[in-house]
Amino acid sequence: MAVISVAGKTRAKGGALPSVGKSPTGIHGLDEVARGGLPQGRPTLLCGSAGCGKTLFGMTFLYNGAVQYDEPGVFIAFEEQPEDLIKNVGSLSYDIQKLIAEKKLAIDHVEIERSKIAESGEYDLEGLFIRLGFAIDQIGAKRVVVDTIEALFSGLENEQLLRSELRRLFEWLKAKGVTAVITGERGEGTLTRYGLEEYVADCVILLDNRVHDQLSTRRLRIVKYRGSAHGTNEYPFIIDEQGITVMPITSSGLTHEASTERLTSGIPDLDQMLEGKGYYKGSSILVSGMAGTGKSTVAAHFVDATCASGRRCIYFAMEESPSQIIRNMRSIGIDLRKWGDNKLLQFSARRPSLFGLETHLAAMYRDVTDFEPAAVVIDPMSALLGGGAAGDVHTMVLRLVDFLKNRGITALFTNLGVAAGENATTEIQISSLMDTWMLLNNRESDGEHNRQLYLLKSRGMAHSNQVREFVMSSGGITLRPAYVGPEGVLTGSARLAQEAKDRATALAREQDMERRSRELEQKRREITAQIEILRTQLAGEEAEVALLNREGIAREDQLAIDRVAMEKSRQAGARQDAPAPKPATKPKK
Amino acid sequence: MTEHGYNLRLYVAGQTPKSIAAVANLKKICEQHLPGRYEIEIIDLMKDPALAMRHQIVAIPTLIRQLPEPLKRIIGDLSNTDKVLVGLDIRPN
Repeated sequence: MAVISVAGKTRAKGGALPSVGKSPTGIHGLDEVARGGLPQGRPTLLCGSAGCGKTLFGMTFLYNGAVQYDEPGVFIAFEEQPEDLIKNVGSLSYDIQKLIAEKKLAIDHVEIERSKIAESGEYDLEGLFIRLGFAIDQIGAKRVVVDTIEALFSGLENEQLLRSELRRLFEWLKAKGVTAVITGERGEGTLTRYGLEEYVADCVILLDNRVHDQLSTRRLRIVKYRGSAHGTNEYPFIIDEQGITVMPITSSGLTHEASTERLTSGIPDLDQMLEGKGYYKGSSILVSGMAGTGKSTVAAHFVDATCASGRRCIYFAMEESPSQIIRNMRSIGIDLRKWGDNKLLQFSARRPSLFGLETHLAAMYRDVTDFEPAAVVIDPMSALLGGGAAGDVHTMVLRLVDFLKNRGITALFTNLGVAAGENATTEIQISSLMDTWMLLNNRESDGEHNRQLYLLKSRGMAHSNQVREFVMSSGGITLRPAYVGPEGVLTGSARLAQEAKDRATALAREQDMERRSRELEQKRREITAQIEILRTQLAGEEAEVALLNREGIAREDQLAIDRVAMEKSRQAGARQDAPAPKPATKPKK
Repeated sequence: MTEHGYNLRLYVAGQTPKSIAAVANLKKICEQHLPGRYEIEIIDLMKDPALAMRHQIVAIPTLIRQLPEPLKRIIGDLSNTDKVLVGLDIRPN
């Protein structure tokens, strides 16, 4: 980057150069861009067209010098009366009168009007030198603002003389050792109308105010800064009731520390999807979805959880007023008001159309540096995107993301998508900068819209791949596993119906099982009974058989006895030819 | 001081050649064109620098016609007599 090359040049020239002393301006961001402030004891040229804020810059430089750095200052005004000056900056709550009374600030109005002055012969501007010297010595001034010395060119005829006197003036200021800011009107093709840049060569700052789509954006650029590295880009700046804020952001910093600390999303079910731990601290989270998908609700949960852990948070509301957000979030059981009362939550509500994207970002920068939050919510990001050309949007969001990351601030952006696919350009541009991208969907089925949530990506963690149904109730958000059945993903009452159907089927199946087992039991009992009968029958038959058997034996025994007896009786008459049989004692089984 | 008298103030810063020339030129013009009707006050801002701011002095030398009204300013060493006369309303333009 150019910044680096300048630094390289300086190093190459003289090794460790004695660094130029810096006089801090106390202006938000400018001191960062100018690496500490304006060159101390040297004049700085501040140029820009009318209405760029040159006078205010000068006055802020002196005011901060007097209030913050104990450096009294002298304001030499060529164009405005002291009363007007005081009144003009009074809107910024600068109490100039008090500083004048305390001898920390002196204002001298130099009145030059050609029509009231006749010239005759040679002259010089010694009178101006005396005035300036007197004012400086009286309050021991370390800072001087000359606004706008070019008025001399229209007030006096002898331009050649003026030029040599101006050169002498700047040398004289240097010799005096005061840090001076000389303002100059922008010329055509030149930085200043009368070429003051020829005389003031140490530091030149250019202010600019461009209008794009009816929105004006103020920008600041350090054109040169002798003997010092400085940011070379155009930096947007704002002027509001809190003074001047420059957004000193370059896209150079990819050096931020990646934290392993985790922050809860405020939604237990969502944490569960994020490895059960939540977002990484300092990461950027994009929540995109169509209108009414619950983006703000997700954001509010995060805000609530952050504040509940004692961390500060800024809610940048672009479309709703803070009181409306508070009311709406109360309906899901989140009380944001109490965090506001605890000074843990700050709402910064600005209409996107109020000013351009860059100006918004500068305002955000100021809020963030003032409040030092742990997390910010920008709701919705998409509202800002209309404020700049497509390329600008990407650059500016990049700057913002870098800025927040460098400070370890977790940022949640919501983005209103038109419909999936249609807003691809912005989403793709932005999403690549984001660490976690959550999509909220509205699925229409069976005459109702139901919300779904899924994580498209979440860098550095094994996040869930599930599509979850997103249910909002007075108790907050719950994420139900979406019903995945044979008919696809079902949500809402379709899911409920399917679940009921499933329950009915299951019940029926259960009942069927019960019935069948009952029948079986019945059968078993019947069969057992039959077996018993058969067994009894068998036993009966066996007993009968045994009985018969015994009778048979007895009969045979009797027969044998009879036969013996018969033979005995016969023996008397016939020969004994057969032995008498032995009687059977045991019945056969 | 007469009713039509001129009250002139000349602001200088030390004894520079331009200051000396201005004083000399002014005296000469007054003697020539306003004999007995003028009063010159020479103010050295080196000695009283606070007056530079109070009297809105930028260029040196500066001649201010305090009286008659209105206030008139001429800057320079007053070497161009015609311009001085016009500037002081002594001679119409």
